[in-house]
Amino acid sequence: MHSASLRPSACPACDAAPAAEALAGKAPLPDARLLLSVPDAHCAACIGTIERGMAQLEGVRSVRLNLTLKRLSVDAMAGVEAADVIAHLDRLGYEAHELDPGTLSMTETEKQGRELLMRLGVSGFAMMNIMLLSVAVWAGAEGATRDMFHLISALIAVPTVAFAGQPFFRNAWKALRAGRMDMDAPISVALILTLFISIYETLQSGQHAYFEAVVMLIFFLLAGRYLDFRARAVARSAAQELSALEVPRAIRLVDGVEKPVPVAELAVGDVVVVRPGGRMPVDGEVVGGNSEIDRSLLTGETLPVFAAQGTIVSAGEVNLTGPLQIRVTAAGKDSSLHRMADLVANAESARTRYTTAAERAASAYAPTIPILSFGAFLVWMYLSGGDLRLSMNIAVASLIITCPCALGLAVPAVVTSASGKLFRKGLLIKDGTALERLAEVDTVVFDKTGTLTMGTPVPTNLDQHSPEICAVALALADASSHPLAQALARALRERDVQPAQLDKLSEQPGYGMEAQWRGQPVRLGRADWVGAEARGTTAAYLALDGVTHAFTFSDQLRPGAADVVSALQAQGKAVWLISGDVPGAVQDMAQRLNIADWHAGALPQDKADKINDLQAAGHKVLMVGDGLNDTVALSAAHVSISPASALDAARAASDMVLLGRDISPVADAVRMSKTAMQRIRENFWQSGIYNIIFVPIALFGYATPLWAAAIMSVSSISVTLNALRLK
Amino acid sequence: MEVLAILIPVSLFLGLLGLVAFVWTLRKGMYDDPDGDSQRILDTRYDDKPKPVSKDE
Repeated sequence: MHSASLRPSACPACDAAPAAEALAGKAPLPDARLLLSVPDAHCAACIGTIERGMAQLEGVRSVRLNLTLKRLSVDAMAGVEAADVIAHLDRLGYEAHELDPGTLSMTETEKQGRELLMRLGVSGFAMMNIMLLSVAVWAGAEGATRDMFHLISALIAVPTVAFAGQPFFRNAWKALRAGRMDMDAPISVALILTLFISIYETLQSGQHAYFEAVVMLIFFLLAGRYLDFRARAVARSAAQELSALEVPRAIRLVDGVEKPVPVAELAVGDVVVVRPGGRMPVDGEVVGGNSEIDRSLLTGETLPVFAAQGTIVSAGEVNLTGPLQIRVTAAGKDSSLHRMADLVANAESARTRYTTAAERAASAYAPTIPILSFGAFLVWMYLSGGDLRLSMNIAVASLIITCPCALGLAVPAVVTSASGKLFRKGLLIKDGTALERLAEVDTVVFDKTGTLTMGTPVPTNLDQHSPEICAVALALADASSHPLAQALARALRERDVQPAQLDKLSEQPGYGMEAQWRGQPVRLGRADWVGAEARGTTAAYLALDGVTHAFTFSDQLRPGAADVVSALQAQGKAVWLISGDVPGAVQDMAQRLNIADWHAGALPQDKADKINDLQAAGHKVLMVGDGLNDTVALSAAHVSISPASALDAARAASDMVLLGRDISPVADAVRMSKTAMQRIRENFWQSGIYNIIFVPIALFGYATPLWAAAIMSVSSISVTLNALRLK
Repeated sequence: MEVLAILIPVSLFLGLLGLVAFVWTLRKGMYDDPDGDSQRILDTRYDDKPKPVSKDE
């Protein structure tokens, strides 16, 4: 930590009052430790900009950006709020979300990862040292020298196997006790048997000892395990990160004083304040204030709904115009948001467990290893007339050569490479089997609001209005913070419209803007309030001189939306658009994106039913959606993707999460999953071919430790290189 | 061949030294951000003198 006296203070107020700083230095203040997800950070310049920029923020002591996890940790003085940091990052040009440091602390999985890495490191160093001695033996060391080298190798190998082999022994023991046969059982048998035979051979001053092969086997298998673990740990930490993303905080109103509290502390009957732009933290009833609320995340409808005293609101809805006071009717686990999440959890547990290609290969291959080597033992016992030592040696050689170190690397290497590439494009894989399921997809279903669109409106009919009306509308819209008003003002300014002069401008929260123009009243707002007839689409209405004018809006397309649809169609996938919005808006969107199959006004259950129908017809469906109304569909689909802006329930239900605003990585993911599966199949073939060539050699008794070591390393490296070829 | 009596202990010692170094780097969390580390070399901020060490890193 920097000492306060060594550098200019980061707190200007402290410079003005040095006593305050001295005081602050003495009393160990409870520091604020903030964690933020910064999905857009990707290069050295980003690190520099963010860390330098953040250091200038008042009260910040130190910052560090972890580029691998795209996570920024900020060490600050007490009182620095996440909102300040996010606003500052926004000025620096980076989108950021707050994470809950509690859920992201050093977890059990992280400890597991370090343990695995430690075993990998130990076996790696042991392998290199033994190899040093083995090469001397292969080069022709004989007699006492060879025996001594073997003995030293044994001294290194035995503790290494005892330490680094534990994960295999443990798993094998667990599987055997449960009466199952998995890959770890033959591996454990091979490790222990080979080690004992090698020690025996060493004591008998035999020619061949397989110490380096044993340790090498452990090393490559652990490498595969570690990659596999990392892929799963990233997925798990992603899930953690997502549940941490929504930092649950609400403003509770106690005796007229507003105080931020964690949502978990809210009880039924409490009154909370939800500011414009805020999301309802709980289910409740409006007890004060007028506003409009956006229910699109829950229902998919884009038209804001009027809210006043007595309106029932659900957690997850967004307050638009005026501050609302809400009496809590259900909080935390009882809120509708959580009930929906439980529904999804049920749907997920009902989903049949997917058997991956690796598991299928392992279960087919695992029994052949002991059978083959035991068979070799019996045959050689018969052929050699009961030469136990020779038969044992051949059995061990075939055991070590058939041991599947390339097979163990075949899948994890590809998955790690693919998920790393997709992560860099802004797509996070939450579920380990998602990539494989994605490769089987032939139909893609999109949600509209918030998925193909940004959920931000753009005015569509400005050309139909006279300059005078536009000028009045601009003056009215400029003074409001309503999203429609702001969108209107922005669009009008871009057209160089000058705002008209208005008097007595005032906002009626929940209704609209009101003012006097040239002595007559003008209003911009809801249809019923200005006296206009409501249209089917999203619109703001202007009343001027007894005539009403409608400004219609449509949703802005998410960047890459058009590309993703055409790219998927080019890949031969059927693309569907299913939305809860009104038919007009959905049809318009379908035409803009050239989607032939669309459904409007779909309820949450309709979406899921539609997907189940498609899957019953033999299609494999990828669902892309963000709303609470999509969650059931997301968990019903074969594989699902949701944007990071989605509600946590939707993100929890999906297999992958889009981190950025751009939706085009979805098409990349579909393409990449295909190539990844191709590589996995190639890897299986590669390791299979090595076995087909070298197993006979081992069975005929020609295999030497040198052969075993060479095959193992060559096949493992070629499999890894093949995985890295992924583009 | 007497040279082996020196060479083998030396090679084993060096191997052990490497292992100890590896364990130390792992404990210090030096493998926590490989992407960031490869990019940080391009950062000009600490070219003249190293970053002041903070206690908790």
